[in-house]
Parts: sequence; structure tokens; C-alpha cells
Amino acid sequence: MSTETVEQTPTPITPRSVGTALGRVDGPEKVTGAARYGVEHHGEDGLADPLYAWLVQSTVAKGAVDAVDPAAALAHPGVVAVLDHTSAPRLEDTDDGELAVLQDARVHFRGQVVALVLAESVEAAREGAALVEVGYAAEDHDARFSADGATYRPDSVNPAFDTDSDQGDVDAALEAAAVVVEGEYSTPHEHNNPMEPHATLARWSDGDGDEVLRLVDSTQAVHGVASTVAPLFGLEPGQVRVTAPYVGGGFGSKGMPHASTVAAALAARAVAPRPVSLAVTRQQMFALTGYRTATVSRFRLGADTDGRLTAVEHRAYEQTSAVKEFAEQTAVATRMMYAAPNRRTSHRLAVLDVAVPSWMRAPGEMPGIFAHEVAMDELAEACGLDPVELRLRNEPDVDPESGKPFSIRRLPECLERGAERFGWAERSAQPRSTVDGDWWVGTGVAAATYPGYRMPGNAARVTALEGGRYDVAIGCVDIGTGARTVLTQIAADALAVEPADVDLHIADTSLPSASVAGGSSGTSSWGATVVAAAQAFAAAHGDAPEPGAEVVASADDDPLSGEHVFHSFGAVFAQVRVHRWTGEIRVPRLLGVYSVGRVVNPTTARSQLLGGLVMGLSAALHEESVRDPRFGHVVTQDLASYHVASHADVLDVDAEWLEESDDEFTPMGSRGIGEIGIVGTAAAVANAAYHATGVRVRSLPVTADRFLEVDR
Amino acid sequence: MDATIRLTVDGTAHEVTVDTRTTVLDALRERLGVTTVKKGCDHGQCGSCTVLLDGRRHLTCLTLAVAQDGAEVVTAGGLGEGEGLHPVQQAFLDHDGYQCGYCTPGQVCSAVGMLDEAKQGHPSHVTEDLEGDTDLTDDEIRERMSGNLCRCGAYAGILAAVREAAQA
Repeated sequence: MSTETVEQTPTPITPRSVGTALGRVDGPEKVTGAARYGVEHHGEDGLADPLYAWLVQSTVAKGAVDAVDPAAALAHPGVVAVLDHTSAPRLEDTDDGELAVLQDARVHFRGQVVALVLAESVEAAREGAALVEVGYAAEDHDARFSADGATYRPDSVNPAFDTDSDQGDVDAALEAAAVVVEGEYSTPHEHNNPMEPHATLARWSDGDGDEVLRLVDSTQAVHGVASTVAPLFGLEPGQVRVTAPYVGGGFGSKGMPHASTVAAALAARAVAPRPVSLAVTRQQMFALTGYRTATVSRFRLGADTDGRLTAVEHRAYEQTSAVKEFAEQTAVATRMMYAAPNRRTSHRLAVLDVAVPSWMRAPGEMPGIFAHEVAMDELAEACGLDPVELRLRNEPDVDPESGKPFSIRRLPECLERGAERFGWAERSAQPRSTVDGDWWVGTGVAAATYPGYRMPGNAARVTALEGGRYDVAIGCVDIGTGARTVLTQIAADALAVEPADVDLHIADTSLPSASVAGGSSGTSSWGATVVAAAQAFAAAHGDAPEPGAEVVASADDDPLSGEHVFHSFGAVFAQVRVHRWTGEIRVPRLLGVYSVGRVVNPTTARSQLLGGLVMGLSAALHEESVRDPRFGHVVTQDLASYHVASHADVLDVDAEWLEESDDEFTPMGSRGIGEIGIVGTAAAVANAAYHATGVRVRSLPVTADRFLEVDR
Repeated sequence: MDATIRLTVDGTAHEVTVDTRTTVLDALRERLGVTTVKKGCDHGQCGSCTVLLDGRRHLTCLTLAVAQDGAEVVTAGGLGEGEGLHPVQQAFLDHDGYQCGYCTPGQVCSAVGMLDEAKQGHPSHVTEDLEGDTDLTDDEIRERMSGNLCRCGAYAGILAAVREAAQA
């Protein structure tokens, strides 16, 4: 039965379950391992007995495949087929160079998919892939990133921001400024590395039915996968069914389909109707599933003697790939962070023969605010001001860029509350003034921000069941955020029932359309839609509906086109210990205080914020993908050489939030929490390391070798 | 080359034919359909595939199945009594020691194995007194659980869960 989608303007709900610490509704499945992820469904109808796919990657960074010899692979027991650019099924649409898998001979980066082996076992597939002989006509490549080589000006930066901005007269203001801080700050390539590697289970049918392509995909957006993949194969989105009941993290890398998803679909088409199971290896993820580009930020800050900013200039230099453009919005947050009458930002890219960069948790804000907040620490010192006080003095009354008021801007309270909890008042103004045994000890602070996003394209369905219960359906995905739990709470409150009376269904394209679990927009976008559907249902059927009564609705409010701008804010405080003789750096305390709207579930929210802080700590101390420009690939392509924070790296980390409700933004009053925890954290650590040692580190990660040249 | 081995998995005896290259991890997931054990890196670097193998925590991705003929494997799916959860699993729920859940079965198995090691007096890298009883301080728990990566960063919850289980 198809029900027409009605437009409904959601109104604020009365929180009853919202705001309480309901345990994750899918917790028991997760702690017992019963939860099934991407390629764990081949016991199911239609997906049984798959062939295993293994990707063969290019060993040159640029050129053309001139021959693929599958003979040795095909002779290996269990190998069924080898697909290359001459034998793979054709795609209807090859405009997206990342997704045009095996469609021509061109090699755009080292690690690109150049062939694919299908076998009866995972062992045979892997060995077969090693036996495929690929010949290349290699060409000279350029995979060396430098700020000076980043001269290409993109038309816009992710997702659709202006590339440059220029307000007032920055040069004149800097000329006249009493204090000028000028510095270059950099962040390395970083890889998302969700614990579940990207994985796809695919089956192609003969096309008699409505459903031609069936995918179980490890994705942050089942509808996004369907709408992206369908046209590649000349299908309608409705002919592609995608499910993702459990997803083992994503942090942006699963926000859009990458080559591996298309490869699985191509392979399934080649061997239809046999299903195909394709699990990307951890090593392959370093070339095939997106990453955060390295960035260089050149800052100039001008201020008067009491620390009030007169000019801010942020020029960002980054890398994109020749085969597909991605322009990280590194300088965009600088446009709204602090008051300064004269502001200029720009983004320039180096277009290189490298793997395709993409989204990683807080793209733009994470590297950009790292640079800005270290520069602010330098300005505080240059002005002889406390770093908290400097930030308080530069609070804008309205959004400096648009001139619109913020719905809520409580950065000062975040700073003040954090300072109080952290014992900031006792901090010595002098760097390298505290020694504890063999350790220098220091503290640092940084501010954080993240925009409030509401995504279009959402609808939810509410159906009355027997006994006062409701079925609520929306095709969104819970990648570990707690979406299943908080949407149950939101639906319960909107329908004025208990959470136990809501049967929530998500993660399936057979359910109403939903936007990506990204941009910290999930709860806001889907939650507002669920509220709209519940309120439309109540309007149509009252509070004692006949079982079977049903409404599908979308939310037609559009806060982002209104009078206010919406941002979350935070203040991060770090204590750092640096070993005087080895340079070893430890972070015994990390605290974030946030203004994020109403918190829907304090348990899952706290875990999200702590998780962001931990990923920020990991970026501060450990993470760096090292690309060898001679060959073009990342050589630190596993979890031994690309270290992410382990349990022993994470000491006392805490988060709290201010009580508030952003009723103008969503009917729940919430504003999004998934990304702000990673923003500012690395700057707080670097600033604390400066306070501990007197060594100013302007590039991540902050490693032990930075402190070995110090005069002790 | 194939070989037939016996494995007892979560209390159920299996006879399974594997390739001699097959790891215990792939034997469980792909031959026996036991997906309560997860593959995060296949290189012994993340801990997601941790099970109790003959009572001790073990990385199944680094273990060839043919070398484990007759072994008893307990995954997170077999830790509890009947339908009930193991106390460590309940503690993970109570302290939200997970988000996406993918590393969680390995974390839980690792915690169960680690608590037993501590009880037997095994020292760790941070143990000061190698002769005395092991006091499971927070630093000890962090160190002993560091073979299990959690990219969601749920370490604070995991620590609280293991601390509680250690005191039970």
C-alpha cells in the first residue's frame, strides 16, 4: 500500500522520554554479537552461498592498464571469474570517476581497483587476486602535496559554501594593528577507520520483479546508496533495495558509496543471480574509502592592545584527487567564529594523482578550528591575556558573516563553566613553569563550534497497531550514534505513548526516504520528520486510532531560511604532561563543555561527545597517514602503523552540556552532537603542550620528537 | 588443500572442512555462519575477533583453523547462561561501553579473559609488584584492554564496565 506523503509543520513536543537515559534499544544484540553487520547476512533468503570478491589494486599512480592476465588466477582451485575493464559489465553513467569501476583502462591513483576476483572461498579469492597479472603503461605522476602547489580555486567547498570570502579591508587593518600574529598550521592526511571495514553483500535479479539489485551495505545512508547506485546501472532507485541494520561506525567514510559498493554490484551482475560478498580489507580502506585531506592553514590575526580582533585572515591549502574533486571547507568556520570587522578566507587545492578524499568527522571544522584556536593561543600570549579572556573579548553580537543573530550562542558560558571545573584560575601565566618529577605539566583551552544542519528529503510513516501501539518507520541508519534509541523516544513523546509502545523500523530503502547519518544532522532531520508524522497522524486520526490507520509525512519547516543562524559551541580544556627526557606526551585530563540544544538521551549523547573528544585526542597525538609521493600511496596502511587511540592512551575524559532547548531549530529542541567533540580538541592539547614546555607545535600530530630539542 | 577438523563453538560441536589457509575467524564466520565474532583488520591489530579459545582470550584472525582441531571456542554469543547475559555484558550495557557494537563482542570476550588472567596473578606492562596479588586499578584495566580498539571511543564506558565486573 502506498500512502501519499503529507507536509506537516512540526511543533515543539513535550519531553517525557526525551531527556531521559533510556538504554540503547539494540544493546543486547551488540554485547552478544547477535547484531549482523554488512557481510554477515549470507545465511538469509536469497543471500545464501555467495561468491567472495577480492579487489585487485593498481601498483602505479597514473597511466593505463595495458593487459590483465587472469590465467594463473583462473587456474587456482576455487577461483570462478576475474573481471577487468574489458570484461566487467558496463555502467550507464561513468561521470563519477571514483564510481566508474572497471569501465576503462585509465589509472588515476595507486590503489585504484583494476580487477576483481570471484571465488568459492575467501581464501581462494585472496590468493586469486595475488595471482592476477596486471601490466601498465605507467606515466609520470604527481602525489606530493605542498601549500605552494595548491593553486586551483574550486567553484565551491564542501558541501556548497563559497570558496572565498572578503569583508572589510584585511590588509589595511593588519597594517594598523597593534598586535599581529602570523602562522602556518597544518594537519596530516587522516583515515576514518571505522571498526567495521566497508562491506557489501550484493545480488542481482533477472529484472522481472521491482527489485533488481539487492544490497546489504555498510553505509550511513541506505537511500543515498540506492539513489547513487541506481543510475549507474540504468535503474530507478526503487529497483535497488538497500538495507544496513547494523553499521560498525563510519565517521563520514560511509556517508556516500565508494568504489567497493559499485564493484560488488558489478560483480553480482556478472554472476547473477548468485550473491557476492565483498569485504574491503583494512589495508584497502587506505586507498578506496575516503579520508581527510592534509591541510595547511595560513593565518594572520590583527588585534588592538587589549586583544580585540581587528582582522582575521585564513588561507587554506589542501589536496584533492585528479579523478574526483573534494574541497574540504577548512576556513569556513573562521567566517563566524569571532568578531572582527575585517575578515578574509580562501581555499586552494592541489589536484594530485591520489586517492579520493572525502568526509571525515567534522570536515572543515576539525582542521580549520585546530589552526584558528592555536593561533588564538598565540595571540593571547602576544597580548598578555589569559586565553579564556581573549575569547570572551571577541564574542560577536551576531553572526559576523551574515549579520543574522544566532539562535543560541553560549560559548562564553561553556568557557566559564569549563574553566571553573578545570581549576583554570590557578593556572600560571608562564609556559614551562610546572615540573612534576620528570614531567612538564601544562593546561590549554580551545573553543569549538559546529553548524546546525537540517537535511531535506525525509519522510516518516506512522501506523496504528493494536493495543495503543504504533509502528514508526523511517529509512535512516544507526551507525552507533543511538539513532534507534533516540528516535524511539522522540516518537513516543510525539505520540504521547511510552517508548515500549513504539515499534521503530529503520535502515531499509523499503521505508520512507531519509537523509544521511552525517553532518550531525541525523537526530534533527529524522526526529523533526518523525514528530511531523506523529502530529499529522494525530490530526488525521486522533489519539485513539483504528489499528491500520496510517500517515506518511514530511516536515515542511525550514529553520535555516529563517531569521537566525544555528551553531553549537563548546570549550575544550586539556591537561598535558610531557616527559623532559623522552618527549613522551600524555593527556591525563580532557574536558569538553557544550551548548548543543536539548540533549535527547544523556547516555548516548555523553558517549557521542566523549567519542568525539577521544577521536580529537587521537588526532592530537597519533594519527597521520604518510603518503610516499614517489609511489603515490599511503604507506601507513594498517592499524599498527596508523595508530588510533587505544584504551591506554585515554585517561580522564569528561563531557558536560548546558541545559537549553533550541525550539526554533527542531521540535525536540536538539541541535546535533556527533561532530563537535572532535572540534577544538587537538588545539586544546597543542596549547597545553605549549604551556607545559614552551614549545609551540603548529602541525599535527603532536609527537614526542617535537620536544627533544628543548633547552632543559 | 582441505582438512576436516572438530571445533566446539559456544557449546555446539561441529565438524567442519576448511582450507588449510583458513583462519579460525573465517572458519567461524564463513564456514559455520558464526558471526558473533567480528573481523576488523584480519592482522591481529584491532582485537575485534577476540574469543576465548580453550579458556584464554585469543585473536582468531591470527590462528589457523587446522592448528586448533578439537579446540573449544567461546564467542560473545556463548558467554551467557542460556538466554541471560554474562555479568560483563550486562556491565557494558549499564555503562554504555559501546556505540556501534562492532568491536564489542571482542571487548567483552577480552574482558572476561583478562579478569581471569588477573585472578591467576598474571602481571601486565604496568604492574609494579610482579610477585603480589594483582590489583585491577584503572591503569591496569586500560593496559590490559588495549589490544581491543574502539574507534567510537567508548573507553570510559568500557573502563567503568570492566571495573564493576572486576569488583563483582
